Amino acid sequence: MTVRIQHEDFDVGREIAALRACNAQIGAVASFIGVVRDLNDGDRVEAMTLEHYPGMTEKAIEAIIAQASGRWQLYDALVIHRIGRLAPLDQIVLVVVASAHRGDAFAACEFIMDYLKTRAPFWKKEQTPDGARWVEARASDDHAAERWRTKG
Amino acid sequence: MATIKILYFAGLREATGTASELLALPASVKNIAGLRTLLRNRGGAWLEALAENRRVRAAVNQDMAGDAQPLQDGDEVAFFPPVTGG
Repeated sequence: MTVRIQHEDFDVGREIAALRACNAQIGAVASFIGVVRDLNDGDRVEAMTLEHYPGMTEKAIEAIIAQASGRWQLYDALVIHRIGRLAPLDQIVLVVVASAHRGDAFAACEFIMDYLKTRAPFWKKEQTPDGARWVEARASDDHAAERWRTKG
Repeated sequence: MATIKILYFAGLREATGTASELLALPASVKNIAGLRTLLRNRGGAWLEALAENRRVRAAVNQDMAGDAQPLQDGDEVAFFPPVTGG
């Protein structure tokens, strides 16, 4: 299980190849890539800056992966989250989950992402033509995380 | 006297003009709720940034913490807005 917070971009193909190397028990790999859009809440986004809480962010994501591992059968998981200045089209976050079967891989990948959105301390500041603004947390993200309490 | 470190992130850091501080806790401040009140009583930007309707989150020693969480000497406390990563 690996968590990396970094300024640099990541190579999805290379990360997935490394995660499943040498483990022939892995039958399913699910991945999610979050990307910067050029539009948010009706305004053009020229760039964004991502801030985090060094130490707590890594700890929070490790706890989320541990929870996923307790709930589904996982061989490995990787989360990479970028910080600093990002532009539209840039990759922000990568979640990769390896399991024996697709059901566990899909579910764990979505769970990790839903919990990361609501529990990992990151904050986005967007640059728009009208100036810079901090992104507001969305109720829909809370709901997405909440449904895992009841969902199998 | 207990001394704690307080960190402020994102909009809260900007609003208060403070990234971190060391604070000697008055004996009357026992928990996160008490600390919030103490900081609000600084008035001005502090009162506004930590207003109850701002949904400011707290962490103690890098774990999310509710208002009842007790504070001890050497604790690292953080205040920040709801998170928006991913």
